[in-house]
Amino acid sequence: MRVLPSGTTSVLVELDDLDEVLALYAALVEDPPPGVVDLVPAARTVLVMADPSVTSLDTVAEAVRRTTPRGDRRAVGELVEIPVTYDGEDLEEAARLVGVDAAGLVRRHSEIEWSVAFCGFAPGFGYLTSPDWPWDLPRRSSPRTKVPPGSVALAGEFTGVYPRESPGGWQLLGRTEVAVFDLARDPAALLVPGNRVRFIDEGRA
Amino acid sequence: MTRTLTVLAAGPLTTVQDAGRPGQAALGIGRSGACDRVSYALSNRLVGNAPDAAVLEVTFGGLGLRADADLVVVTTGARCPGSIAHNGPVELRAGAEIRLGPPATGLRTYLAVRGGIAVDPVLGSRSTDILAGLGPAVVANGDVLPVGALDGQMPGVDLAPVADPAGDDVTVRIVPGPRRDWFPDEAWAILAGQTYQVTSDSNRVGVRLEGEPLERSRTGELPSEGMVRGALQIPPSGKPVLFLADHPVTGGYPVVAYVVDEDVDRCAQLRPGQALRFRG
Repeated sequence: MRVLPSGTTSVLVELDDLDEVLALYAALVEDPPPGVVDLVPAARTVLVMADPSVTSLDTVAEAVRRTTPRGDRRAVGELVEIPVTYDGEDLEEAARLVGVDAAGLVRRHSEIEWSVAFCGFAPGFGYLTSPDWPWDLPRRSSPRTKVPPGSVALAGEFTGVYPRESPGGWQLLGRTEVAVFDLARDPAALLVPGNRVRFIDEGRA
Repeated sequence: MTRTLTVLAAGPLTTVQDAGRPGQAALGIGRSGACDRVSYALSNRLVGNAPDAAVLEVTFGGLGLRADADLVVVTTGARCPGSIAHNGPVELRAGAEIRLGPPATGLRTYLAVRGGIAVDPVLGSRSTDILAGLGPAVVANGDVLPVGALDGQMPGVDLAPVADPAGDDVTVRIVPGPRRDWFPDEAWAILAGQTYQVTSDSNRVGVRLEGEPLERSRTGELPSEGMVRGALQIPPSGKPVLFLADHPVTGGYPVVAYVVDEDVDRCAQLRPGQALRFRG
């Protein structure tokens, strides 16, 4: 664990892999050090934001170092089912990059159980991982300026669903009609950390 | 008489802002809120509002309002010609109008009304987050903005003695960021030594700076990581972006330094073309 400086109101904790991130994040959520106002888990880091009027960053860093990561962090959240039409523009290319055919890629994506590791990029954008997903995929060399909402995509060890139209560099596998972020719903975000996800293959259009 | 303000002219960019949405970053929801928190806090204090009441953030003046009832208003931050209420509350009689011209210095003016702007909150806040597309729509001509019920005591202050935002060079303090070691010492010397120009594509997300580019000493991709306001992120162009209220929750370019949090509010008043220096 390395505690890096991150301005005068936060520290950035860098870890060796995503499992370590999630184990530390779970422990900090369960028992937050005094004065901590927000936590942002990401692929290799946890950003710890503090209220400087309540605590000092040295105290926060020390409390983080003393935190015992949660060993058992199997996702136990709600199961969310997301029907997908697998007709994405990058489906063939993504399959080629990992060395299978398109049908094989779709089968694996829709047969395994995923879970939401963390959020970021945009409100409601969850980064999903699975121990049963064997591949690590590069982003597109040139990002699209507009990715349609509901696009189901891959990058690195993650899969995700774009909540709304935005620029994006992930490989597009398909699309869903499910709104993963809907302000008319409470909670608005469907893909919150810990939730489990299954993609249901609706075939190709 | 309904307690509302009618927008006669919205100006270049006027949004509703409050203290933002803290505590939701793990859901990908940024804090947002007023860019210049010092001027925002002062505006609410001067009309006796709660510290997190919603106000109007007016970018480069241009706002015209009509009071539809007797209302108490104040402006803080960038001083606009036409504001009789700058840094001191005034009562507008029903039917009275206020028209803000472009400020001589500074960029953002905060107009608070006693009772607060009472549009519907979204995810616990009335702030418009222009990056995430959350919160109330940007204020438009003809909008009728509801004003909340009177609550707190008036503070009994006629005029707050605060300086107007600087019109000339601004210097702010920086501290090393989490990816300081991605850059050689020469890059740090350039960052702390040169005078940057604020560019016109700056907005609530960040202040974009023009100057000699910073070169990295290491290549490779950085997995996206969390950041807060004041981050100086270095994209491939080598030209820093200084993050303000609507910055993304996570970013994939290295943060070489942070502006000290108390100094970020002054950065929110920088105008295109203005000079900015960092003291390391």
